[in-house]
Amino acid sequence: MEQVMSSISLSAIAPELVLVACGLIVLMIQAVFGSRFRDSFAYVSLLGIGGAAFLVLTSPGAFESKIVEYSFCDMWVVDNFSRFFKLIFLIGTGLTLLISLRYLDNEAMQHSEYYALMLLCTVGMMVMASAAELITIFLGVELMSISLYALAGYTRSRMMSNEAAIKYFILGSFASGFLIYGIALIYGTTGTSQIPAIARYLAQAGAGAAVLVMGMALLIIGFGFKTASVPFHMWAPDVYEGAPAPVTGFMSAGPKAAAFAAFVRIFMEALPTLQTDWIMVIWLIAVLTMTVGNIIALVQENIKRMLAYSSIAHAGYVLVAFLAAGELGLTSILYYMLAYTFMNIGAFAVITMLAGAGETRVKVEDYRGVGYKHPVAALAMSLFLFSLAGIPPTGGFMGKFYIFSAAVKQGYIWLAIIGVLNSVVSVYYYLRVTVAMYMQAPEKDEDVPAASALSPALVVAIFISAYGVLSLGLFPSTYVAMVKESFLSFL
Amino acid sequence: MMNAANFPILSVTTFLPLAGVALICLIPSRHRKAIQWTAFLTTVVTFLVSLQLYFRFDLTTWEMQFVEDASWIPQFAIRYQMGIDGISLLLVLLTTFLSAVSVLSTWSAVTERVKAYMASLLLLETGMIGVFCALDFILFYVFWEVMLIPMYFIIGIWGGPRRIYAAVKFFIYTMSGSVLMLVAILVLYFMYHEATGTYSFYILDYHKLGLPANVQIWLFLAFAVAFAIKVPMFPFHTWLPDAHVEAPTAGSVILAGVLLKMGTYGFLRFCLPIFPQASVVFVPLILALSLIGIIYGALVSLAQDDVKKLVAYSSVSHLGYCMLGMFALNVDGIKGSLIQMINHGLSTGALFLIVGILYERRHTRLISEYGGLMKVMPIFAFLFLLVAFSSMGVPGTNGFVGELLILIGAFQASLKFGLAATIGLILGAVYLLWTVKRVTYGPITKPENEVLKDMTVREYAYMLPVLVFIFWIGLYPKPFLRTMDASVAHLLESVHAKQAAQVLEQKPAWFQNLLAKADIQQLTKGQGR
Repeated sequence: MEQVMSSISLSAIAPELVLVACGLIVLMIQAVFGSRFRDSFAYVSLLGIGGAAFLVLTSPGAFESKIVEYSFCDMWVVDNFSRFFKLIFLIGTGLTLLISLRYLDNEAMQHSEYYALMLLCTVGMMVMASAAELITIFLGVELMSISLYALAGYTRSRMMSNEAAIKYFILGSFASGFLIYGIALIYGTTGTSQIPAIARYLAQAGAGAAVLVMGMALLIIGFGFKTASVPFHMWAPDVYEGAPAPVTGFMSAGPKAAAFAAFVRIFMEALPTLQTDWIMVIWLIAVLTMTVGNIIALVQENIKRMLAYSSIAHAGYVLVAFLAAGELGLTSILYYMLAYTFMNIGAFAVITMLAGAGETRVKVEDYRGVGYKHPVAALAMSLFLFSLAGIPPTGGFMGKFYIFSAAVKQGYIWLAIIGVLNSVVSVYYYLRVTVAMYMQAPEKDEDVPAASALSPALVVAIFISAYGVLSLGLFPSTYVAMVKESFLSFL
Repeated sequence: MMNAANFPILSVTTFLPLAGVALICLIPSRHRKAIQWTAFLTTVVTFLVSLQLYFRFDLTTWEMQFVEDASWIPQFAIRYQMGIDGISLLLVLLTTFLSAVSVLSTWSAVTERVKAYMASLLLLETGMIGVFCALDFILFYVFWEVMLIPMYFIIGIWGGPRRIYAAVKFFIYTMSGSVLMLVAILVLYFMYHEATGTYSFYILDYHKLGLPANVQIWLFLAFAVAFAIKVPMFPFHTWLPDAHVEAPTAGSVILAGVLLKMGTYGFLRFCLPIFPQASVVFVPLILALSLIGIIYGALVSLAQDDVKKLVAYSSVSHLGYCMLGMFALNVDGIKGSLIQMINHGLSTGALFLIVGILYERRHTRLISEYGGLMKVMPIFAFLFLLVAFSSMGVPGTNGFVGELLILIGAFQASLKFGLAATIGLILGAVYLLWTVKRVTYGPITKPENEVLKDMTVREYAYMLPVLVFIFWIGLYPKPFLRTMDASVAHLLESVHAKQAAQVLEQKPAWFQNLLAKADIQQLTKGQGR
């Protein structure tokens, strides 16, 4: 492993700077010109995302060498692991912005704050992926979470949206409290908050301290909240249901991936010596998360709420990979989160398109007849749902294959069996949507929802997602190569 | 170009229907005839291409032929490997043949959303051919699962009144079996790596792998459940009557004709050669379940008043024979089992076509609604009788050849099982002849039946080729049987050799016990001795 150190390196944080700048520009445009240049918000934001993605991809050594670059007094690290996660976030945000355009027009909420919050939230996630120091990670978590609280309540005239924001805020702050307490305990034992330093300390001093284990447990709770793992998942269904549909799609992909990025970095780099302490706990959480998520999803009528529980279940699959660790396990997390971003945001694109003004049509039964009125959208939706269910030839299948092969390799055969049986359970509720779309007729023809939020941008988003899902499923080798290159090099 | 040695004939056969899907998508929905013709011609061309496989097939070797090998996901050693041997050759041909027949059979039955329907059928064909040709575990698994999607839509969109229930049940049942198989495949994959130091998903590599018997038992079970659901063996058969009855005619033909064979094919390709000891351990269980399936299926058929349901349950009975022959573990049994797979595809497929012809005229499948059809549809009644003969195994038809071989095999393996299986034959004759009698003989009891038209040209066009094969196999089975000689002999040789080799090695005491038990069972059944 090669390490490069420097104190201040603007190039290391260039993608984040670009996003912050674009967020501020968007805000300034509205402040100076009012809503005259309303259309420019999205362009500026998308430009920023494109620029940031370009900077991530072209940063020296990206996905070619395993050089790890530390900067800002070891608080910031740029490696392929963080680069890959940043790309996931940027893809997620970019797709969400494309989906939101017409939706915001329909809701008469085309304001710059939405874009600024999205971009700042993305910056928060990127900080979480790149921070090599616990307090910096916490800053990232907060930046991401606070933006999300506001975004969840963005359609402020809707009661549900307000409820989502308040719930998310209260429970989220609570979780942040656990997180910072855990960080404090770890700092108290090891005397440092820098991840490599913690690892060095524990390697020498051993990991017997009870306070340290306490700190680790609190971190598990904190990240459990952020990844919506059972039993810390209670906020997710209400928030996912209440938040505006594009935001829900965004929330279920990017922030979840960000939480896993920080989770993996802290636990695999700083606390590997505590592995024996966390294995049983995570095993239990993984099983509960998969099972509870899938079983409760079975009975949901609201499709957003159903996908919220499905999203909980998917966090469980990722925890299986987390537990398996090793090269196969950790790289499978990256692969799965990428596939999940495409398929889940793709599904939410279709939901957004059909939700109608004020999101009145989000029940499964509202989808009756969609298959014939909107054939392309229904086909895409089926693709995303089959992918979520893990049916080949989709990215969801390859992702699950990747995760479960990691689990089997590490000897977690029971975990793999529970996991695959869970995906059979999940098939039932994903199929319900296809049943409604293709096999049931609405009472009246006009009951089929109109494509109210359809716009060229949304179509582009759906096609990009579909392409992502299919290419991850049919020709995964380039992605796998990239993911392998992103394997955390400290191990 | 056709004769070039490196022409990827298997890939062409597999993906031609997919090209047909693309073509169909280009045709506007209102040109229904054009869509139907395109679909039909695609399946015919696919069949003609696949015939090449038969004519260029080398009968002297058990090795895989027409092999194609390309890198797919090198990081996991997943390769695109295709190839066929004597076990899969006839199944591929059956698939391409029945696909053409079923597409033609469905022209007037399905008039709504024809484009999506034909596309689903063609997609299904690609999946089915792929399953029989794939030599890589993951490629196999992908085809195996991909096939579920079009079948799910075929049942769920164009099916009968309980189609949604049937479609979802079909999907979830089959998937729950196959995910366990996926875990077993992964376990095998890492065990192979431990044993040899290299990674491989190549199925034939695993045929050479000698696994410890206790591991074999578990892995065998995981594979066997997946295949037993597909076959379906008693007690995993409950999805089948629902799916068969609700599916449109073409769906039922494909379901009975080809999909069920994937289960039996899986047993032959995976369970027997990879887990020889476990197979022997489970012989009594599987023979017993097959027998229950044979008799139970036949008895339930007897009690049906819905003719489609009757045919569906008769499949449970017939597939019981396939399993019985296979797990007799001798040459006659396995050859009989293989030819019976083809026979069942032809004769049960034909029975479903017959039911479809009836249903299109009267829109009911209740036997009591018919009677005396001999008077208005004499040729139809005659064909129905011939197909029923074939299904019950009257000498001169294909069913006889298969059932005779299976029974010879079964008697060699165990007198008890052989005798019990013959009861099924009698019951089969009873329910089929009784149905033929109730539908076609006697006076016409319903006035609606007096005006029924006999077979149309299109109906002849798809029934007659099936009948040709029914009698061809029945009268001169050699061209079919000889294709499987080398492969079946090799399969049995390697299964028995591996059993022997494992006994010689010094193994722990519990392992020896297990083997000793297995060996006693083998001796009492007189395994080829």
